Amino acid sequence: MSNQILEAAPAAPTTWQRIKDSHLWHSFSRDRVAQFSLAVFLSFVVMALFAPAIAPFDPYDVSQIDILDSEIPPSWNEDEGDARFWLGTDAQGRDLWSTILYGTRTSLLIGLAAVALQALLGICMGLMAGYFGGRIDSLLMRLADVQLSFSTMMVAIVVLAVFQATFGTELYQELAMFMLIMVIGIAEWPQYARTIRASVLAEKKKEYVDAARVMGLRSPRIMFRHILPNTLSPILVISTVQVANAIISEASLSFLGLGMPVSEPSLGSLISSGFEYIFSGSWWITVIPGAVLISLVLVMNLLGDWLRDVLNPKLYKG
Amino acid sequence: MALLEVKDLEVGFGLRSGEVKALRNISFSLERGERLGVVGESGAGKSVLGFAILNLLSRPGYISNGEISFEGKNLADLSAAELRSVRGNRISMIFQDPMMTLNPVLTIGEQMVECLLAHHKISKQDARKIALQKLQQVYIPSPETRLDQYPHELSGGMRQRIVIAIGLLMDPDIIIADEPTTALDVTIQAEIMELMLELCERNNVALILITHDLGVVSQVTQKTIVMYAGRIIEQGPTKEIINDAQHPYTQGLMNALPQMGIPGQRLNQIRGSMPPLQRIPTGCAFNPRCNYVMESCKHNLPEFTQSGGCQVACHMVAEMKREEQAARLQSQEVGQE
Repeated sequence: MSNQILEAAPAAPTTWQRIKDSHLWHSFSRDRVAQFSLAVFLSFVVMALFAPAIAPFDPYDVSQIDILDSEIPPSWNEDEGDARFWLGTDAQGRDLWSTILYGTRTSLLIGLAAVALQALLGICMGLMAGYFGGRIDSLLMRLADVQLSFSTMMVAIVVLAVFQATFGTELYQELAMFMLIMVIGIAEWPQYARTIRASVLAEKKKEYVDAARVMGLRSPRIMFRHILPNTLSPILVISTVQVANAIISEASLSFLGLGMPVSEPSLGSLISSGFEYIFSGSWWITVIPGAVLISLVLVMNLLGDWLRDVLNPKLYKG
Repeated sequence: MALLEVKDLEVGFGLRSGEVKALRNISFSLERGERLGVVGESGAGKSVLGFAILNLLSRPGYISNGEISFEGKNLADLSAAELRSVRGNRISMIFQDPMMTLNPVLTIGEQMVECLLAHHKISKQDARKIALQKLQQVYIPSPETRLDQYPHELSGGMRQRIVIAIGLLMDPDIIIADEPTTALDVTIQAEIMELMLELCERNNVALILITHDLGVVSQVTQKTIVMYAGRIIEQGPTKEIINDAQHPYTQGLMNALPQMGIPGQRLNQIRGSMPPLQRIPTGCAFNPRCNYVMESCKHNLPEFTQSGGCQVACHMVAEMKREEQAARLQSQEVGQE
């Protein structure tokens, strides 16, 4: 609704102009690192989104895989390379470039979905703890402390291993993505809850909250519509870091054999599957997906750093 | 029946060091369309009074005694939903700092529409129309554009006008204004006060004006309450209090106003400062600072004495009244003889 009105009233700046005049844009247009990181990140996202269109092969389609093509080095290796496989092939004869595209897609999907789950849980818990205070606050925060005292990896390993042992590998492979999202999502919600609770405590004292109560608004409405938008900047900052962390967690779990199955590899399981062949000279199966994973996580962390500097001007780089 | 009646209101704060009373024995009533000023130094309990009326005290504060009845119904007996329908709808409140009162991330229009939708079942378009109309009432230029602007895009005076417009949104019966002009500069202050006066008169809205500015009170209100350390020490018609203050504290406040002094002379300030709530002296709370202090002031709490149209809680005034009465009786006796 607001967009239509913005166009109707000539004096009000358009949304695009608002973005262009904003502090965020100003800082972004001067920060080369942020620009580079965003460009790399966006190209990863585009690659992941259009993987079926870009990839020359479908790594999930068994009929396209020929075991005789296994362990072919990248095509720039003139002696042994094959022009069909730009980045070479893995031990099962899958085109590595296609597999990386699909793997990035899986990794990003798990990372984003897990963080969405973390954020959903964490925001609700943090808002309630901060807004209502008292016993609810103590209860939720102690729960968060308990959760934090288990490391994410430990919880994930135990849950996933028990699941695998009870329901068998076959069912596990079907549900692997869902399970990874749930485990990583649930294990890390206290990060959000704590950050949000701290901001809510600061925001709650401001007069606009009193004013909203004076207006006779309900508590959930005050929490979600009035306080939550004012705590968005820390949420944005930790989200970038958390997505990167979730991708790493997923990769580590896959590397340990508790993540995505080899038939639908993520970046982590790809690295893991190549690990056995690294000493036989087939370095590319591990190193190339590893480089992709590292650069993906690196640009996300760089973006997060930049965002934190912009949104929190009191924090100067030393 | 009075629109709002406060009887023996007492507000306590349960602190770790023990219970502290922020308000004691507050009683007053407000008629429809009447304008009441609440005056006092910082910490006298003025704002707590405003919050207590709306039952919005945040912990550890609570109403420990007394009754606040709105249209004959005790607000403490209402359910949460009923209370919400009173807040904002029948009684609204305007705060001191307009920058803090408006939510920085929502546009003016969004905030106004939200308030309307919380109380009425109307469409967004209709709510927007009402919001627009209220903005016109507070003389905001090009209100159509303002609806889509954020609070930080407007000046302080403009923001306070918008806060007033939000206060008027539901056509309330009472507006509680907690130092509505303190954060504004002097020229804007006068404009805003004039606007509030005009709007209250036009819509027949009762106003509780909480302020430490006696000048503003004398312009706008009909009745005045003077508070000191959580108690009412003098109340009555504003004219009498301004022209003929009885309580030494009120007199002190009047003398401290700049226009009362002679140019070149120091301002007459009341010596000392208000005691913290934990250490209120026995007897009259004002006794350590009072120029006319007597022995009884240090031990006994003064009762209200009727003096003209005012009620004054002061031993000295009570004594003067007694002497006057005695003198009158004597002269009557003399006349009879």
